[in-house]
Amino acid sequence: MNGSDISRFAWVALRGYPTRTLLMLIAMAIGVAAVIVLTSLGEGARRYVTDEFSSLGTNLLIVFPGRSETAGINPTTMMGETPRDLTLDDALALTRSYSVRRIAPLNVGAADISWRNRQREVTVIGTTREMLAIRHWELAQGDFLPATDPDLATPVCVIGGRIRSELFGARRALGEWLRIGDRRFRVIGVMASEGRSIGVDVQETVMIPVASAQQLFNTPSLFRILVEAKSREAIQPVKRFIIDTLQARHQGEKDVTVVTQDAVLATFDRIFSALTYAVGGIAAISLMVAGILIMNVMLVAVSQRTAEIGLLKALGAAPRQIIVLIIAEAFLLSSLGALLGLLLGQIASAGIRHAFPVLPAQAPLWAAVTAVLVALITGVLFSLLPARRAARLDPVLALSRR
Amino acid sequence: MIELHQVHRDFLVGDQTVHALNDINLTITAGEYLSIMGPSGSGKSTLLNLIGLLDRPSSGQYLLDGEDVTTLGDVQQAHTRNRRIGFVFQAFHLVPRLTAAENVELPLILAATPPQERRERVAAALEALNLSDRARHKPEQLSGGQRQRIAIARATITEPAVLLADEPTGNLDHQSGGDVIETLERLNRRAITLIVVTHDAELGARASRRILMRDGRIESDKRTDRA
Ligand SMILES: Nc1ncnc2c1ncn2[C@@H]1O[C@H](COP(=O)(O)OP(=O)(O)OP(=O)(O)O)[C@@H](O)[C@H]1O
Ligand SMILES: [Mg+2]
Repeated sequence: MNGSDISRFAWVALRGYPTRTLLMLIAMAIGVAAVIVLTSLGEGARRYVTDEFSSLGTNLLIVFPGRSETAGINPTTMMGETPRDLTLDDALALTRSYSVRRIAPLNVGAADISWRNRQREVTVIGTTREMLAIRHWELAQGDFLPATDPDLATPVCVIGGRIRSELFGARRALGEWLRIGDRRFRVIGVMASEGRSIGVDVQETVMIPVASAQQLFNTPSLFRILVEAKSREAIQPVKRFIIDTLQARHQGEKDVTVVTQDAVLATFDRIFSALTYAVGGIAAISLMVAGILIMNVMLVAVSQRTAEIGLLKALGAAPRQIIVLIIAEAFLLSSLGALLGLLLGQIASAGIRHAFPVLPAQAPLWAAVTAVLVALITGVLFSLLPARRAARLDPVLALSRR
Repeated sequence: MIELHQVHRDFLVGDQTVHALNDINLTITAGEYLSIMGPSGSGKSTLLNLIGLLDRPSSGQYLLDGEDVTTLGDVQQAHTRNRRIGFVFQAFHLVPRLTAAENVELPLILAATPPQERRERVAAALEALNLSDRARHKPEQLSGGQRQRIAIARATITEPAVLLADEPTGNLDHQSGGDVIETLERLNRRAITLIVVTHDAELGARASRRILMRDGRIESDKRTDRA
């Protein structure tokens, strides 16, 4: 018996029982497709989140008021509550390093805005002109906040695209006076609609000079300070510099937290990679189930074809040849199933990418390779038992049964 | 060429021992035409399976061409079955999904004969049995007599020395049964050793040596000189 004889025999055997073969193919294909689709979703989510974080800016450090023991994000830093506030002077002190390219103080609050009789509530961000460069934002009309002394509370604002259309409709927004809270601001720019951004939706915000925001919200403190380092290598020195500088300014108390974008990115990358492995593993279990199905089907096949196996023995098939024939059949079944599953999985992933363009769902290569390997290995492994049972059949009994 | 010495075959059924073969002594020379008859359960099939190495004796000795084959391992026995023994069964036992030609080819595939040689030998075997036009038919598209003759072609494709037939006409009508027996006898005339188990007295009588079995023993062993 050579390879082509074996595979031809297996192929004919599979074709001889089309329903059974089809069902097995589907079971195997679903298992493989599940691995492909789930890992592609995990991978898509990972890429989505890391892309989002990258879009925050480059070589970015974020300074939170409040101390956190571990360098991560904890409830107090999230609440922004702290014994000692970050001030505008703190922020300006951070520019005094060669490694810092630019900084932007950030103040956030909610306020009612109105123009003529139209009114709504929005998120108001107080910041400086540097923010534009740090976040790579673009303007649709006009200009961003002026590059004046940050302490100057100029009554100007830049509005998000959706706010512009809601308040002004087809009318020109630039130059109009907008009421924010109890103050009036002149619209000097409109933000371009930005693809996506974590946290703030630029479309729904109004930006004003940081000093104006401090007056508006009646607070001297800042919500965050964004610091852009000059290079990737400068991130760690800048982090040290920030901590040391603010410690000196805060009477020796280490009461700020500095998070680097890299660290956040790496964390999310790890989380989502783990998630992808986990769902891939779970899906691989469904492949094992398919393997058990193969075993059952091959057991049924062996008992269905008892007479045939007896005949092969009578014709001079050695036990090993019988084993090889049965395993070849299972192997062919699982490889066809795996191939079908691969195809289905890729089609489904493409469908997901088509339906949700923001989610780059694409199964990683390792997942596809593992899925196919697991399918083949389970197929062969689980057919060992039926194959050995077939090889041990007593030919006399096998042939006498009708 | 076939020698059985004090061969016993016992089956344990529940806590009872059935002596299917009871002290069988039998010598068959090459080229003989032997019929085995006897009532149901007398051990005819058991004897045939033993000769065909599908079964092993509980005790006793079996020499095939002077070689003790009872002690051979599974692989060796399989090899011997493939090269030296052909089987024809009452139920034909053709593989339903394979064509007639593919069924005939099976023993050669197991023997790893090269494909080209396989095709030639299969074609020649079908030609000899006048079945060339049925080569690509599936068993279900063939009559009983044709199926059994395909089975005979398959049994003889490796040119075995012994052909064992267990009630080869049992599932056939008189006409096609006659065809099958003639086919077998033609092979015997070309020197194959033919052993036929049958219930049909008329068929049994055609053999030059007739064995009658009862309760696992050989009751009578008659020969007629060949005409
Ligand atoms: N595998 C087995 N297990 C138990 N008993 C068996 C087995 N095979 C055969 N026998 C018994 O051995 C005896 C001989 O059986 P065998 O099949 O050789 O008879 P036979 O002469 O071929 O009968 P028939 O003409 O009906 O085919 C019977 O009593 C049968 O019940
Ligand atoms: Mg019988």
